[in-house]
Amino acid sequence: MVKYFCNSTDIKSTWDHVVSAFWQRYPNPFSTHVLTEDVVYREVTTDHRLLSRRLLMKTNRLPRWAERFFPVGMSRCVYIVEDSIVDPVNRSLTTYTWNLNHTTLMSVEERCVFQDSLEQPSTTLLKREAWISSGIFGFSKPIQEFGLARFKSNQVKAMKGLEYALSNLQGETPQWLLRDTVKPPSEKAKEAAKTLASAASAPQKPQQYV
Amino acid sequence: LFLGYFITMNSVGEACTDLKREYDQCFNRWFAEHFLKGDRSGDPCTETFRKYQRCVQKAIKEKDIPIDGVEFMGPNKDKPDS
Repeated sequence: MVKYFCNSTDIKSTWDHVVSAFWQRYPNPFSTHVLTEDVVYREVTTDHRLLSRRLLMKTNRLPRWAERFFPVGMSRCVYIVEDSIVDPVNRSLTTYTWNLNHTTLMSVEERCVFQDSLEQPSTTLLKREAWISSGIFGFSKPIQEFGLARFKSNQVKAMKGLEYALSNLQGETPQWLLRDTVKPPSEKAKEAAKTLASAASAPQKPQQYV
Repeated sequence: LFLGYFITMNSVGEACTDLKREYDQCFNRWFAEHFLKGDRSGDPCTETFRKYQRCVQKAIKEKDIPIDGVEFMGPNKDKPDS
């Protein structure tokens, strides 16, 4: 059984900024569950589109009751593949993301399309679709609800992470973040950094598995 | 403490993080200043990319990450167009 979701969001930034921020959104205060990020394939096609593949490794935080579904010794990490196509002529970014392992427990696939908003200037329309399925016990209700809750929570974090990266890009033209130079952070970035710092120093809450 | 400016993500290959950082900086600059503007002149990052890939592909094999042979946007093929 496959659950399907779709929604649309307006991002209050130009498409150029959104696409630049897309490559720079890790790390961010909302992505502490993302442990590694790698570009493992990239190609510019003859029609000037950029194809990329990113490999992400995330922690797989489960509530105690779900841990019994995991065989002892099974990897606690989830590998995620994110394939993307940037078309600078048609001004669209299409991404397709899915998990490589733990697919029996839950398979989550998401497609995102970022394009100029037709209605508002300097705005990007994001259309997201997701397909979620599970092979465990006919997709039992608790697993289903846990999986959906975590998926939605991760979507919210992903948006916040992208907005965080966008808030650090200043000026009219898209820029790259100069990681090794000092630049006065925007107010949003200062707030987010404070939040991250205090979260890092606070004791871990046991329930925080989404 | 402005964490976002002095921390980059780690690579899945522990030894590859510096190479990754060098490549990412090159790519982000090229992407914003050239690629998005339709500049089709050469890609200045091929050498740093090559070094980075040599490292990370080795780490992927060593860790048995099942990504080899996975078709680009494979699962998208059976989905209707959005």
